[in-house]
Amino acid sequence: MPSPPVTLRDLCIGEQGVIVQIDGSDSVAARLLEMGLLPGETVKMIGAAPMGDPIEFEVYGYRISLRQVESSRVCIEKT
Amino acid sequence: MSISDRPSVALIGNPNTGKSSLFNALCGGKARVGNYPGVTVEHKTGRLLPEGSSLRRDSSAPPEIDVVDLPGTYSLAARSADEAVSVDVLAGNMPGLARPNAVVVIVDATNLERNLYLFSQVIELGLPTILALNMWDRVSSSGLQIDTETLSQRLGVPVVCTCASKRIGIDELRRLIETAIAAGAGTSDSEAPSVDWARAAFPEPFQHEVDRLTQWLRDEGVSLAPFQVERLLIDACDAHSHRIIPKSLANAWERRLDESNQRIAAAGIQGPLFETRARYGWVKRMTAGTIERSSVRHDSRSDTIDRWLTHRWIGLGFFLVLMFLIFQAITWFAQWPMEWIDHAQAAVGTGVESILSPGPLRSLLVDGVIAGVGSVIKFLPQIAILFLFIAILEDCGYMSRAAFVMDKFMSSVGMSGKSFLPLMSSFACAIPGIMATRTIDHRKDRMVTMLVAPLMSCSARLPVYVLMVYAIFPDEVRYASGWISLQGIIIFAMQSLGAIVAIPVAWLLKRFLFPGEPSTFIMELASYKWPSWRVLLARVWERVLSFVTRAGTLILVTSVLVWAAAYFPVDHSGLDRSVVELERLQASSDANTERMAELRQSINQEKSRLIEGSFLGRAGNAIEPLVKPLGWNGQIGIAVLASFPAREVIIATLGTIYALGSEGDDDNRGLQAQMREAKWPDGRPVFTLASGLSIMVFFVLCAQCASTLLTIRRETNSWRWPIFSFGYMTLLAYVGAWLTYNVASMW
Repeated sequence: MPSPPVTLRDLCIGEQGVIVQIDGSDSVAARLLEMGLLPGETVKMIGAAPMGDPIEFEVYGYRISLRQVESSRVCIEKT
Repeated sequence: MSISDRPSVALIGNPNTGKSSLFNALCGGKARVGNYPGVTVEHKTGRLLPEGSSLRRDSSAPPEIDVVDLPGTYSLAARSADEAVSVDVLAGNMPGLARPNAVVVIVDATNLERNLYLFSQVIELGLPTILALNMWDRVSSSGLQIDTETLSQRLGVPVVCTCASKRIGIDELRRLIETAIAAGAGTSDSEAPSVDWARAAFPEPFQHEVDRLTQWLRDEGVSLAPFQVERLLIDACDAHSHRIIPKSLANAWERRLDESNQRIAAAGIQGPLFETRARYGWVKRMTAGTIERSSVRHDSRSDTIDRWLTHRWIGLGFFLVLMFLIFQAITWFAQWPMEWIDHAQAAVGTGVESILSPGPLRSLLVDGVIAGVGSVIKFLPQIAILFLFIAILEDCGYMSRAAFVMDKFMSSVGMSGKSFLPLMSSFACAIPGIMATRTIDHRKDRMVTMLVAPLMSCSARLPVYVLMVYAIFPDEVRYASGWISLQGIIIFAMQSLGAIVAIPVAWLLKRFLFPGEPSTFIMELASYKWPSWRVLLARVWERVLSFVTRAGTLILVTSVLVWAAAYFPVDHSGLDRSVVELERLQASSDANTERMAELRQSINQEKSRLIEGSFLGRAGNAIEPLVKPLGWNGQIGIAVLASFPAREVIIATLGTIYALGSEGDDDNRGLQAQMREAKWPDGRPVFTLASGLSIMVFFVLCAQCASTLLTIRRETNSWRWPIFSFGYMTLLAYVGAWLTYNVASMW
């Protein structure tokens, strides 16, 4: 039985993952890629804002904030 | 804006790369700020300072160079107005602005790979390019080593390490700019490198379609750089293509674009994603082996601060306390400069009185111009302090944290965390606030933010609150052993009220006017840094200057009009005769005190009678029934009416009315004293707790600012939204003031 893909949203504080792919090809996907969320890059979850949303990640040596909706579009493999 | 024949250099870079510091370092803080024609994207131009700045230019020196500051952006994909403007300027398609002769790409040296993405797009435009690795001081402290020489060889452009805030590398950058412009002066081989770059990075079938479309456009007489054609092909952004493709070609272009896109898809190239992959692939090849990272990847001090400031409760508490302290500090620090301005104003008034004899001219200057403009200029210190605080919060990196913490809440009322900065700036002035909404990529969020931004208590409202509060509430009431004043608390409450009312308003707007899919929140959280005082001062200076310009134009004109309405059409000769006699008696040694008191009283009576009979007095009587439910008399009604073009005018107007209507002590302390003495015909005081609060609440909620409404018009490109804003805010203000008056009257 195929399990649902793991995404950035499934990371807990301090956990890391390697990006596999980004869902879709709309302008949100293009923006995520432009910001350096490329397949093969390692992403680390840093923390969440009050009420758990948005979430702060570290990628490419800088900090980026994504909402849960956007982070669930980034498929990863946990490391 | 006119095309100058001076050569120019453009600065471009990601947000948070210290671009403003670098601009200030190159131009010495002197900049002209304007808008690009047709779009409200701020346009900043300065003049490159000569090397060493103290050296004088001789005749053999290179020509003067203009520096054009482009908006901070992550990409040149023409999705937002900012990005489209940058492409147009760099490609030479911006009307009224010559194509820059060179471009400096400013990157954050600690985040080189991501920053080079924009560089890969800029270099395609084929201008002589210089790469500035800014914030170089942080490279070694964050355990980085960058081989700039290899980087420069591979990229084929000069690379300079700078630290703008410490003025490091600025002279070298200046030399490189001058060299690049001098070298490019004779040649025009602008398209060669762009073609090379794309051939190396993009898949062949895509490149083929770009060539095909470029050729077709050229045959039709439209000459576009290959990069622009690439953008049209990748971004599929209608608004942008409509601007650069002539209408007559639109249909044929649309057809060709579709065919090209089909052929590209057939070749197995994936939508817009292949571009980012190709560019980052190129960046990786260029930087391979040039960057060495030791284990420490991030500034740990910044992390510790961050942990506290974005904490779910402490972060929120910190934010509220900070806001409270800022507004307390404003009333505190502004006291002294306000007094100096008061004295200066009184001295100028007395000076004019000693030169001119009583009559219309003297009245115009003293009661109209000096009382009107002076009473507004008085609030300059407060506005400068407020802008300074906002600039500090923005420059040190706190604003993006506040946006992060507030995003969930803001999105639940129909906006986004990105609305936070525009709304916060609106506390200084709604105009930059509304312009800052263009950083919100989601149109509906942007509309809601724009429509509630004028509800934030801008700095022009502050003087109104201060005037009312000082006139109505005693200064002696203090808490916490004198550190917190009642006046400060009332002002803070008024400043917050607009923001509180904005919450349900935003929710309603989103629910009924802009329903639809949720937006995104993709935002960089830059490390904290010490703000650069040069940038802070330059920003405060810009704002203060524009405030003074307003006082010198709009407010001056309104003051004179109000003065005229309060002076004419009644006959002032009787009053002038009494004033002449009083002044003669005051000047003579044997003062007849009895006669002087008699004269003073008759002057006061005459003044009230004259203002009653003036145009303004008659209009006041006419509108009194409308404003009486709010606890106002006709004079307040007139002053409020006159302040619809710009709200701070009310002070000038009240100043003029009371300067003309009672004993002429023109300074503002005098105005507050006169307000306390103002009476209804039955002897009740006009300015009470209830009527004062009602006036303040009206000003909190009303859209009394023509410039704001015009900015909304420009941003939305329609009259509908400014009219809507004006309508809903005026209604809100009237109802709010009525409620306040009736509730407060019960005390």
